[in-house]
Amino acid sequence: MSGAARLLPAGDRAWLLEPADPAALTAFARELEQDAPAGVEDVLPAARTALVTLRPGADRDEVARQVLRRWEALPTGDGAGTTDDGDGDGDGDVVTVPVRYDGEDLEEVAGLLGVGPAEVVARHTGATWTCAFVGFAPGFGYLRGPGARLAVPRRAQPRTAVPAGAVALADGWSAVYPRRSPGGWRLIGTTALTLWDPAADPPALLRPGTRVRFAQVAG
Amino acid sequence: MSGAAAQGAGTLEVVAPGPLTTVQDLGRPGAFRWGVGAAGVADRRSLGLANRLVGNPAGHAALEVLLGGLVVRARTDLVLAVTGAATPVSVDGAPAGWSSALVLPAGSALRLGTATAGLRAYVAVRGGVAVPPVLGSRSRDTLAGLGPDPLAAGDVLPVGPEPEQLPRLRTAPVAAPAAGTVDLRVRLGPRADRFTDPGALFAGTWTVTAQCDRVGARLARPAGQPPLERSTTAELAPEGVVLGALQVPPSGEPVLFGPDHPVTGGYPVVGVVRDADADLAAQVRPGQSLRFHPAVRA
Repeated sequence: MSGAARLLPAGDRAWLLEPADPAALTAFARELEQDAPAGVEDVLPAARTALVTLRPGADRDEVARQVLRRWEALPTGDGAGTTDDGDGDGDGDVVTVPVRYDGEDLEEVAGLLGVGPAEVVARHTGATWTCAFVGFAPGFGYLRGPGARLAVPRRAQPRTAVPAGAVALADGWSAVYPRRSPGGWRLIGTTALTLWDPAADPPALLRPGTRVRFAQVAG
Repeated sequence: MSGAAAQGAGTLEVVAPGPLTTVQDLGRPGAFRWGVGAAGVADRRSLGLANRLVGNPAGHAALEVLLGGLVVRARTDLVLAVTGAATPVSVDGAPAGWSSALVLPAGSALRLGTATAGLRAYVAVRGGVAVPPVLGSRSRDTLAGLGPDPLAAGDVLPVGPEPEQLPRLRTAPVAAPAAGTVDLRVRLGPRADRFTDPGALFAGTWTVTAQCDRVGARLARPAGQPPLERSTTAELAPEGVVLGALQVPPSGEPVLFGPDHPVTGGYPVVGVVRDADADLAAQVRPGQSLRFHPAVRA
């Protein structure tokens, strides 16, 4: 079972679902995307919550009942949505991201973890990552890597500009900056892969549930 | 943004864009899976009114003009209307009506002066601004960098085909945006429990600072009034945020999120401005005061 959850008000047109165990949030979002209760406009899973937005004029209380009912009825076990979503829609495929491990913060990350840079690369390429949610910027997937042992804090001072394709770590997550933007994550490498193209269909390479492997390429 | 207009449709030339003019419609709700927010027009009511004055459906794309200063020239015969911020309007130098349908023969220029109240004026054109949509919307999302670039002098905007519906009113007797303290209703949550006294939001006033754009407006307390106090400094995992959210950084002075807010945020949201009041919030200028009121649960 997906377990207990509370619904917090987020204005007139949204609810914030906060479960005790967030493991099934990705699967929950996928299910609502495919079959949304009446009045639901969109759903945004995040680290520990899912934001459910309402169409104009929707019945807030009825949507709340439906969202909780759907959460509780979610037919999932441990780790649902975090490793293999297994829903057979093809998104269970693994996206391989080629990386040159030349990031400015690679040495520092290694120091924080008490290992050498080669071990950071080994851990990063050894894990299977799953996109838990997309936030911060279009196409910026928060990748969860169970067992990766790469949890480092953000930089104290964010950079004003991180280049597109920067591969980064922070707070136990990994991510690839889809475009040049400010950012506080620690940079360990660079990929030439395009993660965001608004003219493409789909526009983003990653979406909640997408699995990712990083592969080292020669710099 | 130039390019051939569809057959039978008009074109509008940008002579001067003012400080910032963007194309806006009702945004792109439904794109969270790509990390894309709804964004869209800041003052929905004024967009709807401008569209109604020219006989368009309410959601047709129009121009959102920050503080005025826009000059556009009709290259074909066009019908336009200006709503939102109280802005002097002239056509070929002659004063013209605000919140009225205006006929511009080909070659005529529409000029917006500097707004005297409110922050954002809207210029709708009969047929709608017909730039290519991106992910289903013609809105510029300034934070995500999506949609048509802000207007520049010399841009030529295609205008869509005239709708079948004829304009049904020539002028709309609406009040200009308020110049003094603006009252906004707020529903507390989702993170009101992270503050020692969330109700302090409703005491006194807040001032809109110069850090005010489509992403959000940073608020400050007038001298002598305390900011909000967080009861915990524990970090919040990033979570989805909404239009009108009052997100509170460690300083205790909230940021009021506008349409181009980030889709997720890491600071607690003490409350959210009621949806019906979001249009009022969109017209508040730097230096104006806000007073928040608890929303009564409907």
